[in-house]
Amino acid sequence: MSDHEYIPKSKVGKWFNDRLPLLTLANHLTDYPTPKNLNYWWTFGGILTFCLITQIVTGLVLAMHYIAHADMAFDSVEHIMRDVNYGWLIRYIHANGASMFFLAVYIHIFRSLFYGSYKSPREIIWIIGIIIYLLMMAAAFMGYVLPWGQMSFWGATVITNLFSAIPLVGEGIVTWLWGGYSVDNPTLTRFFTLHYLIPFLILGLVVLHIWALHVPGNNNPVGIDIKKPSKDTVPFHPYIVIKDGFALLMFMIVFAFFVFYTPNILGHADNYIEADPLVTPAHIVPEWYLLPFYAILRSVPDKLLGVVAMLSAILILAALPWLDTSKVRSAVFRPLYRQFYWILVADVLILGYVGAMPAEGLYLLIARVATAYYFLHFLVILPVLGLKEKTVPVPLSITEPILGGSPNLATAKNKESLNN
Amino acid sequence: MKSFFKFLILLFAFLGTSFNSNSAEKVEYLKTDWSFKGLFGKFDRGSLQRGYQVYTEVCSSCHSMKYLSYRNLAEKGGPEFTIEQAKAIAASFEVKDGPNADGDMFTRPGKLSDKFVMPYENVKAAQAANGGAYPPDMSVLVKARGGGVDYIYSLLQGYEDPPAGISLDDGVYYNKYMYGNKIKMANQLSDGLVEYADGTTASVEQMSKDVTTFLMWAAEPHLEARHRMGFKAIVYLIILTALVYFSMKRIWSRIETEV
Repeated sequence: MSDHEYIPKSKVGKWFNDRLPLLTLANHLTDYPTPKNLNYWWTFGGILTFCLITQIVTGLVLAMHYIAHADMAFDSVEHIMRDVNYGWLIRYIHANGASMFFLAVYIHIFRSLFYGSYKSPREIIWIIGIIIYLLMMAAAFMGYVLPWGQMSFWGATVITNLFSAIPLVGEGIVTWLWGGYSVDNPTLTRFFTLHYLIPFLILGLVVLHIWALHVPGNNNPVGIDIKKPSKDTVPFHPYIVIKDGFALLMFMIVFAFFVFYTPNILGHADNYIEADPLVTPAHIVPEWYLLPFYAILRSVPDKLLGVVAMLSAILILAALPWLDTSKVRSAVFRPLYRQFYWILVADVLILGYVGAMPAEGLYLLIARVATAYYFLHFLVILPVLGLKEKTVPVPLSITEPILGGSPNLATAKNKESLNN
Repeated sequence: MKSFFKFLILLFAFLGTSFNSNSAEKVEYLKTDWSFKGLFGKFDRGSLQRGYQVYTEVCSSCHSMKYLSYRNLAEKGGPEFTIEQAKAIAASFEVKDGPNADGDMFTRPGKLSDKFVMPYENVKAAQAANGGAYPPDMSVLVKARGGGVDYIYSLLQGYEDPPAGISLDDGVYYNKYMYGNKIKMANQLSDGLVEYADGTTASVEQMSKDVTTFLMWAAEPHLEARHRMGFKAIVYLIILTALVYFSMKRIWSRIETEV
């Protein structure tokens, strides 16, 4: 929080602010000292907020026209596409918006991994982020079920069936989830209810995520603690607002291209076939953003262990602040970690690729190796690396590397100035 | 910023390739120029009208189009029949309505607001009449098949004699583009099967193209509006992005650092 006390100029403002300090909050948000060296990878926080709001607004409109009933859901979606004014636009924004949301969140997460943003004192921000990510996956999965196409139905069947792997109570839990003995109307109505609820939970968690962020302030590409406010920071408004705005607009161009020119490329053709419990599609595949985890699930021969592996793959992220033992945050100063980071990125992309392929032969082998490496990275490489790695000297302030060129030079200069 | 863009381009390239290889079919579909593809893609009005003719005279005896109404035929961005033509088309169908004041069902000529008349009462009746196979509803068919319009276009022309060693049951036909090559729909198109009102020669290729165009419109009736709006939206966004970029440069120049 900024150090100075804010006092509104007008009398009315002061009267109001004494009773509800909204103006103090607004002042805090505009003045919020932000490291001035944030690069474009840092703009995805704002982009994600935009994505969430877009999904909520378009979702509200869709909910006005959608009918959550097994016999009418598919028809009502076609009604939206054909007869509701600009219904096609709203639906395509919502459907592609989910993909854009995940694209942005993956960049956001991998930015955090590169620059060590999850490390002390930002563990709580990170853990809230993981919870948001989990809720996003739940919301996206249930949203995909709502059009009640073939992939909706069979995707729901496969994913809910995972719970049957739980010993003793598994079958009972699945029946309870379905509200019957198969995926049917009760499943659809509860998925709709939860799909409507979760975004608002996410919204609340986003507020906490930002609140927790505003306590220590942003991490930055150099990854060092900085004095706030200082020469190293700029006020959030106008500097970061305009930069986030610029990045958001570029993001929107990509978004618009999907919505207007290839609105169905990220979906599966089978979802334009109405759900049929008697016909199983040749390949049941989840949406692209869930593929890496789907690959992990299928790479384990045992059902229960597969589910455990898939869940661990996500939950292991929550332990990351403690698994990464390195004192240096930014990968810029960690030459070895930087290489392992890119191997991890490649590993996850490979998992995504094999997740879309049939689980057999070479694909299955690749999936198994990639899964093993995924866990190896977090459980072995990171803890050991933090202890063994020889890091590059870290500069003492942001201003130095920017003005002085190379970080090493900056450190040298800093030492000089300290000696003088 | 450069590395940032490089990464994004790589990512999209990756997503692109992984989705292309997603469709398991390895067959090369027949290619033709679709007027509705591309930034300014629009339907060929003549082709849509001819396509409707093929649908009505050939496909509609087995395939329903339950999401279309006769009014759609006169709407902008579609075949754009005149209102009178569309009314005449609707009136040429018998529609079951009711119950009337006496509680009886009755038939009357179709109106613009009516949905396309279905060839069968229900799915079971359709299956019974087609050797157990349900002729799928064609309203969103092109979006419900991996290969889209190219697949439908190819399938209609893909009938040939089965290669040696493949035996077909009664009522099953060989089609080189069908998944698994076995299809329960017999070859429907033959040269000169319909007589086009506009004098176009009704070759199998022409009819396939026309009816596929019609199906594309049926699945995406607002495609033209979407393309028009998309172009405007993207141009608008690009201009705004440029303006915001220069504002950003200006604002950040106050603190002498690179954005």
